[in-house]
Parts: sequence; structure tokens; C-alpha cells
Amino acid sequence: MIEKQYLLNSRQVAEFVARGFLRFDELVPDEINQAAMTAFDAGGIQSYPAGTPLSQCYPEPSPIGRMLRMPEIQGIIHSLVGPDPLFDHHAIHVRQPNEGKAQGMHGDSIIDTRMHFDIQIMYFPHDVPLEMGGTLLVPGSQYRRINEMDIARYQNFVGQIPMVCKAGSILVLHHGIWHCGRQNQTDRKRYMYKIRLNPRVRQYRLWNTDDLDEAKGESQPIFAGEKRSDIQAILAQREPWFEDGEGRLEIVNRIKQWRFLTGDDNFDVHYWLTRLENMPENRLEMA
Amino acid sequence: MAQFRQKVLVLYLANSALDSAVKGWTMYDGTGQEAHTTGDSAEPPYPTGVDALKDGWRVIQFPQLIPPYPGLEYTTSFQKYEFVFEKLEEMS
Repeated sequence: MIEKQYLLNSRQVAEFVARGFLRFDELVPDEINQAAMTAFDAGGIQSYPAGTPLSQCYPEPSPIGRMLRMPEIQGIIHSLVGPDPLFDHHAIHVRQPNEGKAQGMHGDSIIDTRMHFDIQIMYFPHDVPLEMGGTLLVPGSQYRRINEMDIARYQNFVGQIPMVCKAGSILVLHHGIWHCGRQNQTDRKRYMYKIRLNPRVRQYRLWNTDDLDEAKGESQPIFAGEKRSDIQAILAQREPWFEDGEGRLEIVNRIKQWRFLTGDDNFDVHYWLTRLENMPENRLEMA
Repeated sequence: MAQFRQKVLVLYLANSALDSAVKGWTMYDGTGQEAHTTGDSAEPPYPTGVDALKDGWRVIQFPQLIPPYPGLEYTTSFQKYEFVFEKLEEMS
């Protein structure tokens, strides 16, 4: 059982719903980072059949197992995909020194239209300065329906995030987020370990919901939300790369995802869905 | 006879107007002098599409305005406002 203190809170989950990722800097201790680097340099780590419960993967003395069994990581996993999710696949991504180009922009796997979602955990066991690249992600792109490398022609977006970080940092991604491995312009190899996890339970209020009602926010004047810090405001925050019209549709995507996760079918942001759902059928009786 | 090579600039704009803000960008250089790749710049090359025209780029494709397919009115996908520009560079 996960102690509540390690679970995400409602604002953190809303941030994940809005932007498609959460970032935890320098979370993993250096001892594990060093052990992971040694394992990667030695040629890799054992994989498991897709669909294996995570609890059956990476037995001791695996450094990856130690990282994944940290209570902070377990709390993140539980909050987003529930207890003991399924191992989908993992990979140690290596960007070679002084590469000629970056990886093309893509979404992982294939087009995936579920409201249910997988998470991908990216683990950076060493410092990643900007010239080493870092994974590039496009925040808020997770609801765009594209198929893998369809989007490889997109080189840059306003507001894109290169993962520049210290050793032991963790990215947790919605499966649909657009990303790529940036060019490594140093003379050192860059490592990043990634694991994809599938939920085994309905993704319904899996985080610490103690703050859910307080953070939800009351109905507000339309367009009043961005300067507040409640869930409506978090879900209303546009990314700099959003187009004018599509950016509004992204807020609708987030509202639908939040309704799915909370079971609150009346939740709304800026009246976007309530307006569309207003289809009165009662007839006015004339005197 | 002069030899020319094509440079291509793709701008993803905020809406269908050429003078709207740049949200994304891609460049390919047929002269071989520059090598562009994913995630290689944080700032857009121009504030708007019209600013690219003022710098000598010729727009060669406007995105068509296509109504949403029934049932997909609220679905988001690719960048809709993709404008393609070119410059022809004379090779010495």
C-alpha cells in the first residue's frame, strides 16, 4: 500500500492532464544513478515479456528495480496508472557523441484514441546539458491524433521543452506526447532509460484526492481563469504553440480527460462543454 | 548558365492569415550550407508569415481550409496552418 504522502495531489494530476507530462528533478539518488550507468555501459538490462506485472520485473540487485521501487516513483505510478501496472516495454536510448542530426519528432507506438492512457517514465541517470540534447517534448500535444513519425517534418515549436537536467531526474509522460531525442553535440554518449506501463484498473481517482473539492474551483466568469491556480485554471492554460482555434479544442480535450478521471460529468472550464450540452427539450407553455 | 538551389521554409501559423503569429517552423537548405534538424532553435525565425515575405521568401503553398469531417469536429491533429516558402540561391 502506498503511503498517501507519496501520491500526487489533484493539482499535479491536472498539470499532467493539461501538459501531458510531469517532471521531477534530481529525484533518484546518486548511488542508483551510478549503478544504472554501470549497467548501461556493461551492455544493458534484462527485458520482460509485454504484459508482465511490474512487481515481477527487475528483481534485486537491479538498479532499475531499485529506482522503480522508490516510494516516490511508486506514488507517481499509482497516481496515474494504479497499483502494479503491466510492463509494456523498456529501452535504453543512446544518443551517440557528435551526431549529425536529431531524431524526428514523433509520438510513440501507433495512433491511440483511448481515454485510458499509458505512462512512460524517462530516467536520466547523468547530467544532461543543453549541448547534449536531452529529450525534446512538446507540452500539451498528447491529445493530437497522429500516427508515430507522421509529424517528423515539424522541427521546432514555440514553447518546446528540451530536457536539460541534473542526474537522477525523471520525466513522466502521457503515451501520446510528441517528442524526440535532440542532437548530442558533445563527445560523450547520452543515456536515457524509458519504460512504458499499462494500467490494470480503471483510472478513477487514483491519486490523493484530499484536495479535489478545494482545488476544483467554483464556476467563474468566462476567460477569468488563467491567473488563478485551481484546476480550472491549470486546464485553461494554453501552450504557446497552440493555434488560435485548436487551442480552444485542446481545453475541451482536457475537460473530457478530467471528467474521465474524476467521474464528475458536470466539471467544466470556461463553460466550453456546458454550452454545447445545453439542448433544452421542455416546451414553453403559452398562456 | 546560373545554377540555383532551393531553400525551403515551412511556417506553422496561429490561424489561416499569413500575417498571424508563427507557432512552429522547419527549414531545409538545398545549398548544403546549413543543416537544420529537430529541436535546433528556440526562437522562431520570423514573428509572422508576412515578415518572411519581407525578408525575401516567396510563399509557394497556402493551406486549404477544409471543413471538419462529421464526427471529428472536436478532434485535434496536425498543424492546420502550414505555409510553405522558398528562396532560390545562386551557386557560385
